Amino acid sequence: MSASIFVGVLELGLLWGIMVLGVYLTFRILDFPDLTVDGSFTLGAAIAAHTIIIGYDPWLGTALALVGGALAGLVTGFLHTQLRITPLLAGILSMIALYSINLRIMGKSMISLLRMDTIYTDIISWGISEYFSVLILGLTATAVVILLLYLFLETEVGLALRATGDNEQMIRSLGVNTNTMKMIGLSLSNTLIAFSGALIAQKQGFADVGMGIGMIIVGLASVIIGEVLIGNLTLLRALVAVVMGSIIYRLVIAIVLQLELVAPTDLKLFTAIIVTLALSSPVIKEFVAGRGAREKGEKNAGC
Amino acid sequence: MLAVETISKTFNPGGVNERVALQEITLHLKPGEVVTIIGGNGAGKSTLLNCIAGVYPVDRGRIVLDGKEIHCQQEHTRAGSIGRVFQDPMLGTAASMTIEENLVLALRRGRSKKLRRGVTRKERELFRERLELLGLGLENRLSTKVGLLSGGQRQALTLLMATIAMPRLLLLDEHTAALDPKTATKVLQLTRTIVEENKLTTMMVTHNMEQALSFGTRTLMLHEGRILLDIDGPQREKTRVPDLLAMFEKASGKALGNDRMLLA
Repeated sequence: MSASIFVGVLELGLLWGIMVLGVYLTFRILDFPDLTVDGSFTLGAAIAAHTIIIGYDPWLGTALALVGGALAGLVTGFLHTQLRITPLLAGILSMIALYSINLRIMGKSMISLLRMDTIYTDIISWGISEYFSVLILGLTATAVVILLLYLFLETEVGLALRATGDNEQMIRSLGVNTNTMKMIGLSLSNTLIAFSGALIAQKQGFADVGMGIGMIIVGLASVIIGEVLIGNLTLLRALVAVVMGSIIYRLVIAIVLQLELVAPTDLKLFTAIIVTLALSSPVIKEFVAGRGAREKGEKNAGC
Repeated sequence: MLAVETISKTFNPGGVNERVALQEITLHLKPGEVVTIIGGNGAGKSTLLNCIAGVYPVDRGRIVLDGKEIHCQQEHTRAGSIGRVFQDPMLGTAASMTIEENLVLALRRGRSKKLRRGVTRKERELFRERLELLGLGLENRLSTKVGLLSGGQRQALTLLMATIAMPRLLLLDEHTAALDPKTATKVLQLTRTIVEENKLTTMMVTHNMEQALSFGTRTLMLHEGRILLDIDGPQREKTRVPDLLAMFEKASGKALGNDRMLLA
């Protein structure tokens, strides 16, 4: 595999890694399966792309994408905490609503950023080599996000948020408004996801209304890969692990595409199968172990 | 201190599953009073505690704590002055978080959470000191995840968490019932020490009649959402378990048909 593919994998892995951190925050820390992701990722891309093509600064566009993501998370949070809609449905409702909103923001189903100023071209103008511009920006952004997220989760609010995901009854009995914590978590998570969308759109040079489809599964796959391969013994380690998971996921995708093992159009099916296997691995292990024991003729092999 | 005035609670009113849990319960607690509560299944013991804690809103009546009406406040608002320990040891602690993280959340009970560092060095010292009193060796395991502790250890930790911020009222809902007898005795002993040393106003639900009479200063018996019996002082000292059973039969018109209570 050539060096440029490897750099490409690293770049994408890091930029998507920020989205994966957002997914980790809701799915694992808050224990809230938030499906807003598919919509908020595109929302970030749409806001950034639209701001850029109407002639504003790409940094402003990226910042506005963060605000948009935060609002999207708050809407899901409102649906769940105030209107008492179940987490899955609240996320799906936001996601569907965002599809229309994204189309409205973009005005069409795709915006090309070809030859426009992006944050990458901006840092190239500061004298950073073009070849490494995405990598450097991706690495910096990811490192800063991990650090800030880690520091936040160690504060009082952060502890209360983690406890909300762990044991809601307990933390409520300790005087914490769990609804507020869920709102904070969802908003923060979708901020990160929209940030990632804005970074990706500027890197690939376009924003597409369908670019967020299946994002939640990509995020989940990366979280699982990271947790299995690197582990989540401490909080900091878990945060680094899920970003590594994102890079490894990109690497796997690059390899199967490079070797033409999977057609590009089948990628989502491939990802869905990988995630299914990962999620069902305990059941599969049990089944294999039981069968092996029975074949050896053990009477107490169990079922 | 605590005034519960004619509170009533019915679950699923009007439906086929309608169940009257509390019927005009009135109860006054003096500061430092330690009340044990007994009663058969469905008598309303847990519902009474949950209504005071704000898990369920009451249908009618008032609850006043320290001169402040609290029955319209939300659960997390009241929690600032109410410490609770549940029957299930898993419910009182956050398993994926460390001992010190759990304790710091308990220490800041009811205070608004800010963006400042969770656990400070000074607090760590305090935690070590308090954990030592439990005598379980937890003082050297501050950064151990709570999920790795046994049920008894977790319940002792929950007890410490419920009391570390000096609540105005401590609610214990059969907090030793899910533990093995030896651990249960130990946790009950700890409860006694902590409650007596801090003169905490306490309500403890129990299934153990012996315990109901020996622990604390006053005993309530609930039946079908009403207070059947309320004894304290010399009258309580004279009372033995068979007396309790007889009183129950006389007042309710039937035998106390609960094996768990009779055998305990």
